[in-house]
Amino acid sequence: MAIYSPERGWWKPLGREEKLWVSVAAVWCVFMFFMLFGWAYLGPQNLPGGQQAKRTTPAQYKVLADAFVAKYKIGEEGATKVPVVEPKAEKEIYLTAQKWQWTPILILESGKMYNLHISSLDVQHGFSVQPININLQILPGYDFIVEFTPTTKGEYSLICNEFCSIGHHLMTGRITVK
Amino acid sequence: MAAVATPTVFSGSRNEYRVCPVTTLKVDVAAERLIIWNAVTAIVALTLGGTYALLIGLTRWPDVHLLSAPWFYRLLTAHGMNMLVFWMVFFEAAGLYFGACILLNARLVGVKLAWVAYALMLVGAVMVNYIILAGEADVMFSAYPPLEASPLFYIGYILFAVGAILVCCIFIATILVAKKEGRYQGSMPLAVYGLLTAAIIALFTLGSGAVALIPTLLWRLGVIAGIDPGFYRVTFWGFGHSAQQVNLSAMIAIWYSLGTLTVGSKPVNEKLSRTAFVLYILFINLGSMHHLLVDPGLESVTKFFNTSYAMYLAVLGSLIHAYSIPAAIETAMREKGYNKGLFGWLLNAPWKEPGFSSLMLSLFIFGFIGGPTGVVLGAGQLNLLAHNTWRITGHFHATVVGGTTLAFMGFTYYVIPLVFRRPLFAKALVRWQPWVYGAGMILLSVSMTLAGTFGAPRRHWDVTFTNAIIPVQLPSLMNLMLTFAGIGTLLAVTGGIMYVVVCVGSLFMPKREARSLNPLEA
Repeated sequence: MAIYSPERGWWKPLGREEKLWVSVAAVWCVFMFFMLFGWAYLGPQNLPGGQQAKRTTPAQYKVLADAFVAKYKIGEEGATKVPVVEPKAEKEIYLTAQKWQWTPILILESGKMYNLHISSLDVQHGFSVQPININLQILPGYDFIVEFTPTTKGEYSLICNEFCSIGHHLMTGRITVK
Repeated sequence: MAAVATPTVFSGSRNEYRVCPVTTLKVDVAAERLIIWNAVTAIVALTLGGTYALLIGLTRWPDVHLLSAPWFYRLLTAHGMNMLVFWMVFFEAAGLYFGACILLNARLVGVKLAWVAYALMLVGAVMVNYIILAGEADVMFSAYPPLEASPLFYIGYILFAVGAILVCCIFIATILVAKKEGRYQGSMPLAVYGLLTAAIIALFTLGSGAVALIPTLLWRLGVIAGIDPGFYRVTFWGFGHSAQQVNLSAMIAIWYSLGTLTVGSKPVNEKLSRTAFVLYILFINLGSMHHLLVDPGLESVTKFFNTSYAMYLAVLGSLIHAYSIPAAIETAMREKGYNKGLFGWLLNAPWKEPGFSSLMLSLFIFGFIGGPTGVVLGAGQLNLLAHNTWRITGHFHATVVGGTTLAFMGFTYYVIPLVFRRPLFAKALVRWQPWVYGAGMILLSVSMTLAGTFGAPRRHWDVTFTNAIIPVQLPSLMNLMLTFAGIGTLLAVTGGIMYVVVCVGSLFMPKREARSLNPLEA
């Protein structure tokens, strides 16, 4: 009777079925715990760790990102002239989140390793690559550095999946791998 | 548990009591008034939140796309606040007073303070609703800085939280005094133990919320220059997610209670069930870390540890409840003679009784959709594929809505005859309400999860990206899932309307003592 006080002597050993259930559950939990190392070795991708982020400020980050865009810009696209950047022979590449655009459009080479820097100049944004559905949280003041090697050629869309004020649904971008 | 006595009101040292003729429990009249006011306010918040749910649900349905973008984001913020905070916490306040006073035969300690708490929560809730609808706080439930809301938004949030802290303290004080005055014999009932778990988690949850929200308010008032968004996320989710563990513990306390009320079940092993609650207190709060798995700034080791090792200890707690509650129901049904075959007890269970159907649907939705999706999202590598997608929304609609809200609804059908002392209005509706609501929530949460798997972002007005400078095309299967989610919303809102109609209608029924524990016969 869960709504009445239990009878005295309720601190009693588990029954047979209970013991079985709790043991199976506990063994499964322990197994899942060890699989934590398993996933990291078996899975093709892992979480970027803390060592892959640096403190910065929006102003500092903008200087680095602008210099990167100016150096490798090969064109513009759309009504607001979003720069298109092809960083040949450059490992450190910069992506900027700002209401409501991912800048620049990146053209990358398949099979080459990059350090993709991502940061925001204003509020929090959600970096979301489609259709592969890889998602990261982007904060102002943190330079998120994601080491990755694109392996499949094609066009990947960027959308924002953290609410970043009223034009949030307009925020897109692109990464092309060739 | 037949009717035993005519109701009597007798005076205690300070408080007045009546004796419930059905349960023979002694009811502190002052506590009863608080239960009624908190529960009614909770249902008002649910009605507001549900209205917004309909509007935002119809906006995310691509073929309907009802609201404009600003109103979509505004009402989404209001929906989150009313459902996740105001509906839940007002109902839990009522539940805590019920648990501490009625189930322990005790008197409520600090009646005036309890009304102060109610007033603070009410003022906070009204302020937050007003400021959101006025367009001054389009920031969502999480209100991540440096996104700016009016200072009044944070003040309302904080006032509400202070009220909630008071409720928890009054609850704990009432239990301590009840023990000291010998109002109950031996150990407290398991339901109260579960509510105490909820109150303990609530206290450190609200503390974490204060650490997040007070500096944010100071920043908005211009006292401090800024607030670190990473720090805010850690402390906010110590509140935002842990608050859902409060709901979880309260829900499980209600599951055990509904088992007793509907089929007279008795916890199979009190020791085991109580140990599971202790596992929650110790480990479940680390579940908050799941929001931070793909954040910059946190070390791999931190992410690693918090998402796996400790989480599984809380999962073990849930697995224990997942065994204990159905097992208790089975034992009770078999004792009643429903012994035929493996599942005779289940087939002959009182499925038409709204308390029982809500209990079983809530168990099913939480146990098979909400809980497992949460554990999956807690795995780092998978979180990378799910963070901020509609999968997250699908997960918590199966926990806090399909699970907790449905359990609270089922419990209401007992509270109305026994505490409000009015027979239920529209009993034919009551019978179907849990089924309609549950079916809607299953369709909604599964569709949300699948849409998110295909990339649908959460908190997003237009997944066709019509006016974006760089066009984006998401898979067409996602659109199908969005449509299913829209249909699920309609079903769930229908179930919600049925619930509100029954509750409001019952308030106007003539007052009389309950005649039976079964709400359909009371």
